[in-house]
Amino acid sequence: MTTDNSFPQEPHDGEHLKPLLPILDQPSTRRTLLKTAGAALGLAAFGEALSPLMVIPENVSVDEFLQQHYKELTDEDKKKVFARLEAETKERFGADVTITDSKPIPGVRFAYAINVSKCNGNGKCMEACNKENNHHRGVDQSYIRVLEMTKGSMDMENGSTTYDHTVPQDDKFYLPVQCQQCDNPPCVSACPIEATWKEDDGIVVVDYNWCIGCRYCEAACPYHARRFNWELPEIPPEEVNPNQGYLSNRIRPQGAMEKCHFCLHRTREGRAPACQEACPTGARVFGDLNDPDSAINYVLKNKRVFVLKEELGTKPSFFYFFD
Amino acid sequence: MTANARKKRNVAALKHAVRSYPGFLWWGLGQATNGGLGFYVWMIVLTAIALVGANAWAHQVARGMIVTNMTDHVSWGLYIANFTFGVGLAAGGVMMVIPAYLYDDEDMHKVVIIGEAVAIAAIVMCTLSVLVDLGRPDRFWHLMPVIGRVNWPVSMLTWDVIVLNGYLVINLHIVGYLLYMRYLGRKPNPKWYVPFVFLSIIWAISIHTVTAFLYCGLGGRPFWNTALLAPRFLASAFVSGPAFIILVMRILRITTGFAAPPKPARTLIQIIRVAMTINLVMLASELFTLFYTGGAHGESAKYLFFGSHGHYGLVPWIWTAIACNLIGTGLFFMPDALERSNTRIAACILCIVGIWIEKGMGLIIPGFIPSTLHEIVEYTPSLTEWKVTAGIWAFGFLLLTVLLKLITTVFAAEAHKTEIA
Repeated sequence: MTTDNSFPQEPHDGEHLKPLLPILDQPSTRRTLLKTAGAALGLAAFGEALSPLMVIPENVSVDEFLQQHYKELTDEDKKKVFARLEAETKERFGADVTITDSKPIPGVRFAYAINVSKCNGNGKCMEACNKENNHHRGVDQSYIRVLEMTKGSMDMENGSTTYDHTVPQDDKFYLPVQCQQCDNPPCVSACPIEATWKEDDGIVVVDYNWCIGCRYCEAACPYHARRFNWELPEIPPEEVNPNQGYLSNRIRPQGAMEKCHFCLHRTREGRAPACQEACPTGARVFGDLNDPDSAINYVLKNKRVFVLKEELGTKPSFFYFFD
Repeated sequence: MTANARKKRNVAALKHAVRSYPGFLWWGLGQATNGGLGFYVWMIVLTAIALVGANAWAHQVARGMIVTNMTDHVSWGLYIANFTFGVGLAAGGVMMVIPAYLYDDEDMHKVVIIGEAVAIAAIVMCTLSVLVDLGRPDRFWHLMPVIGRVNWPVSMLTWDVIVLNGYLVINLHIVGYLLYMRYLGRKPNPKWYVPFVFLSIIWAISIHTVTAFLYCGLGGRPFWNTALLAPRFLASAFVSGPAFIILVMRILRITTGFAAPPKPARTLIQIIRVAMTINLVMLASELFTLFYTGGAHGESAKYLFFGSHGHYGLVPWIWTAIACNLIGTGLFFMPDALERSNTRIAACILCIVGIWIEKGMGLIIPGFIPSTLHEIVEYTPSLTEWKVTAGIWAFGFLLLTVLLKLITTVFAAEAHKTEIA
């Protein structure tokens, strides 16, 4: 900032230099000095104002910063990434965990159905989800919301998710809602960076290390299925579920989106999703749409089945039925 | 420095030894940071506010978005509200470009650059508003073509990134080129800017249309999911943009003596009269559909205007906006508004405030209330959000001041040159 006050002059333009010099002389030097000092002070203040950002290099390693999208990682890359994440989990949460990468089973297409006649709103599914998926303990986070609905209306307007009394109530029925794993998912279309996509077995997943946290998918989802990590989750070390999937229940970073993934680290290994396993009423039916003998196909063929907000054309893989 | 000395200086400035564009920018920065006591007070206050905002944002990044009052229910708030308004401000400048270039309005031609400067500052503010809304700004590079993974053309957000950055570049080029040519005392070559000016007209429409598509493309949000949203955005932008520019021209007249001819402001007032009327008609049409039909689709509007289930958070906001817009429009239609009067200034301020609320807090927040599962969770911005927002506005004004200072310096120097010649 030493020359910013002197106006441009042609080097050989002597006749211009002369009359101009007195003007240039005093005030401009003082002003230039002041401006330089001001700029220096401003820059220093700016640096100081932004100093809280210094936690970024502490929390985000160079490897994490440069990490590529999940689909571009080789098996070798994944090994390194998973090892790094396991070490970070040990360091930050004090738990020994194993991160795996279960792949979709070829030919399998998962779907879920809920028997609205059976569900009594006990909320065990939410609890199981919270534990299985290493959710933030402070806010009782879960991928499932159970709506208590008034009999005689399917209008969610008359529902409540914050009921706090013994269940079931005589004049109510219960409608658990979680990610509908749409075949035409608005969240996937919304994402500007392909951080979320639909896998071959129908599950919509998020690469938590690629998401920039713009929350456009959260605005796009008609089922309130997406959650944002407003802060780093807090989980006591002994409560951390050590069996973790990279695209599913590993502890999510602050500032990224997450959602129900049909417990893919379990279901792709042939186990039931945690919410189904925990349900004491038998209201939950989970299975492979491509298997003609599966329970889910029995329900779809023999029960009165409906989906939520069918008019939006999202084509859910999540169904509801009455007995 | 005496007036005479300043005059000589300005002439000398045009004698242009610096024949490179970076040199010109450096000289311009020097010129743009010269001023009287009032100017320095203004710049220091803006810098201080911008620093408070930067600090608040840094804390937000360190501690997480938990320091905002946004939730999983209302997942966008003040930042995106300001972003939406800012895009309108940027697009509104085109209402000077169209008369100047499509209708060859000579007087408008003289001041059109002010509209372009406003557009530049507004776009920078928009970009910052989106940046501070990101949960992971450190992963910003994921959005960049080639090195990132851009979900184009499916995601409307990628379109928005493209059109906003494109609009910024086009305007930087036009303003920079025209000023540099003036500074060199050369006649600008139409080949180098007229095509870009026409491109900028289409582009201005596109930035606001795409921003509307961002919201109205979401089937799960009935309050936004209306074909009227993009036209309404454009109509209100053609009020807030010109109104802001009229205020800027008035302030320039008072502070720098840069006297714009009277005609451009009058043209802008005529445009505002039409645009605001269209805006209000569309708003009425929207409200009729929402309230007459009723049902779930009208629930957000009911919450916004009258409150719902005991929640009234946005009611004072929206009625303030309606009052501002109606009174402002009334004032714009008074004959007095065509003169350099207080009526005109009051009308501009009222309509800017009205549209800021209507398009910001009055549009973004009710989209989330009730939520998609019909829960009602209210939202009021946190102190951090207000600080960051104030910081972004201050930075925008800082940038605008520097740009205007540069423009008036180059213009004044040229005027003196013709005077002496």
